[in-house]
Amino acid sequence: MAEARPIAFLGARLVDPATGYDGPGCLIAAGGAIAEVARTPGLAGLSPDIERVDCGGAMLAPGLVDIRVKTGEPGAETKETLKSAARAAVAGGVTSIVVQPDTDPVVDEPSVVDFILRRARDIGLSKVYPAGAATKGLAGEQMAEIGLMREAGCLYVTDVDRPIVNSQVMRRAMTYARGFGVPFAHRPNDPSLAGQSNANESEFAGRLGLVAGPAIAERVMLERDLALAELTGATLIVDQLSSADALDSLRRAKAKDVNIHVTVSINHLSFNELDIGDYRTFYKLVPPLRGEDDRQSLIEALASGLIDVVVSAHAPAPAEDKRLPFDEAAPGAVGLETLLPALLTLHHEGRAPLVDLLAAVTLKPARLLSLDAGRLATGAPADLVLCDIGAPVRIDADKLISKSKNSPFDGRSLQGKVLLTLVDGRVVFDARV
Amino acid sequence: MARNALGIDDVRARTFPFPARHFTSAADLDRDTLIALLDLADGFVALNRQKAKKLDLLKGRTLMNLFFENSTRTQSSFELAGKRLGADVVNMSPRASSMSKGETLIDTAVTLNAMRPDLLVVRHPASGAAALLAQKVGCSVINAGDGQHEHPTQALLDALSMRRAFGSVEGLTVAICGDVLHSRVARSNVLTLQMLGARVRLVGPATLMPVGAERWGGEVFHDLRRGVADADVVMMLRLQLERMTGALVPSTREYFRFFGLDREKLAHAKPGVKVMHPGPMNRGVEIDSDVADDLAISLIQDQVEMGVAARMAVLTSLAARLDND
Repeated sequence: MAEARPIAFLGARLVDPATGYDGPGCLIAAGGAIAEVARTPGLAGLSPDIERVDCGGAMLAPGLVDIRVKTGEPGAETKETLKSAARAAVAGGVTSIVVQPDTDPVVDEPSVVDFILRRARDIGLSKVYPAGAATKGLAGEQMAEIGLMREAGCLYVTDVDRPIVNSQVMRRAMTYARGFGVPFAHRPNDPSLAGQSNANESEFAGRLGLVAGPAIAERVMLERDLALAELTGATLIVDQLSSADALDSLRRAKAKDVNIHVTVSINHLSFNELDIGDYRTFYKLVPPLRGEDDRQSLIEALASGLIDVVVSAHAPAPAEDKRLPFDEAAPGAVGLETLLPALLTLHHEGRAPLVDLLAAVTLKPARLLSLDAGRLATGAPADLVLCDIGAPVRIDADKLISKSKNSPFDGRSLQGKVLLTLVDGRVVFDARV
Repeated sequence: MARNALGIDDVRARTFPFPARHFTSAADLDRDTLIALLDLADGFVALNRQKAKKLDLLKGRTLMNLFFENSTRTQSSFELAGKRLGADVVNMSPRASSMSKGETLIDTAVTLNAMRPDLLVVRHPASGAAALLAQKVGCSVINAGDGQHEHPTQALLDALSMRRAFGSVEGLTVAICGDVLHSRVARSNVLTLQMLGARVRLVGPATLMPVGAERWGGEVFHDLRRGVADADVVMMLRLQLERMTGALVPSTREYFRFFGLDREKLAHAKPGVKVMHPGPMNRGVEIDSDVADDLAISLIQDQVEMGVAARMAVLTSLAARLDND
């Protein structure tokens, strides 16, 4: 791969979650890394050979780190390939993605980890890291080869959407993962309580006649997971919290010295169950969209730091899997290209400072997974996004880069246009005119 | 009876174009349209009681019955309604075994649309299926039951039965009893009856009551005697057999003991109370035969007759809209 040419970003609004700085500045990227950062609008003595980007006050921030992305590779490439996901990622200013292990074959042994990493190197767009399965075949019975997968380069283990019901399996896998320093992600959901539900149990779902499960299924399982995290000392990633009720449990657990990190999907910060409206399957998600009270509580929990990380929960599903009756349609939504503008909505609405919102998609997930990302500092990798955060964008699902077009933001107006994305100092996406 | 004097000219005079292209939910109607439909249906009741029942209001029109769930009663009611109006009627019962149900629905919709039917009656086990189909076809779609969502023509025929028995639905107290959670009949009836000014009660064991039912606009009871107290109409819902095996209610005998309608429990209702049931009945589970077969109190057979007339009204009105398009 060609060595990246030096680029100087002048007149930017630097937003650096690592230092909390949000103000005017300049940055020079060279040799794949950040060579210089200055908190002044211009730089004196800049070599005339260096390519200059006049940012015009646009935001220059660390590229986003999205730790929950599904693709269809290997096994279901018609949905999304690693390459199409990587292209979608950089178009959305996402420079690192962690792909989920629920592929075919399942990522439950080191050779599949290796396959994904090699494929990602060949693609050379966003950085792609695999998460491994916690149990073999995601069956929730026997531990997967957590140590070998770690050695091969997997960042954390998870059974993705399948809850590990057996508490002994859960305890042992968490204990074992802790021994290798591998974070353990689990989406809390008690399946016997939630049943085969497709929606949040509520008056709204009742009127629509949808098969619905109660939000309390999340809290019931979360309480167990938190207790096991306390017992085992494992690093627990609570995957995609969705209900206000569960936040109290979280608050109590976090007050103790337990290693807990919590994610929320951008969809649950952006929508509520009423968006399902007349059985719109693009809003069928796992976990299901819940009430407006839940959404507001999640936003507050993000602003207060109780929730650490925001994910896109990118889950491509082709039209034929979505154009079905609601109860039969595939769940999930694509989100790599809309993560940043959707998150910026919370900034424009004054719900949280910009630098804090960005920390949840850069510094915090990077630290959680020990990635060198999420900071604007000399020597750090030049993974950067330049974004005009005020620019209006209208999301048109048909124009998305993802192979699947199942975006719940289709037709919505957001603010925040990604102008330029760099990975290791190379321009991998350029939307400047 | 004055009503029997209604003739074909009255029916023509009462015919109006349906306010929407499709009829997938009771919420598609407003109060005036609902009353106009009931008036039109009254005309068809009179015509159906004549010897020569065949009309030509839907002559040249094609009605397709697309039933993904078996229902002899509803399907034959629509078939008869279509035939009496002079339409060509085609019955289709796609088997969902080889393909996934969803593929069948969309594939069938596209295929059927190419045959250019005018009216498509659909029943499907998934909530929202009728509305989904309506987006994919050029004809008028009538929801004959979609999952646990709605069954709007059932609510129409129920309202018609009540109006003919009491003169008006306004002010009646109607207790809807049984498995409200899984009942599309209950959902459509709540909407329709409230639109017509009835007081609706929902009665059933707590496990068979939807979350938030107390905000549907009526009172919720878990005691049948209290629920039917001073009611003008007691509408029993069918309890699906697979739901009686301990998951939601412990046993059929316990269910009958507390929620089955018998004379003793019915005695708490208002004198002159009428009993209804959308059928088919589970005798000895939700309703005692003694009550169901007593023609002095049971409207169950009237409901079947009104079903044909109510569906004729819906079909005629939808076709009148097609005529204008």
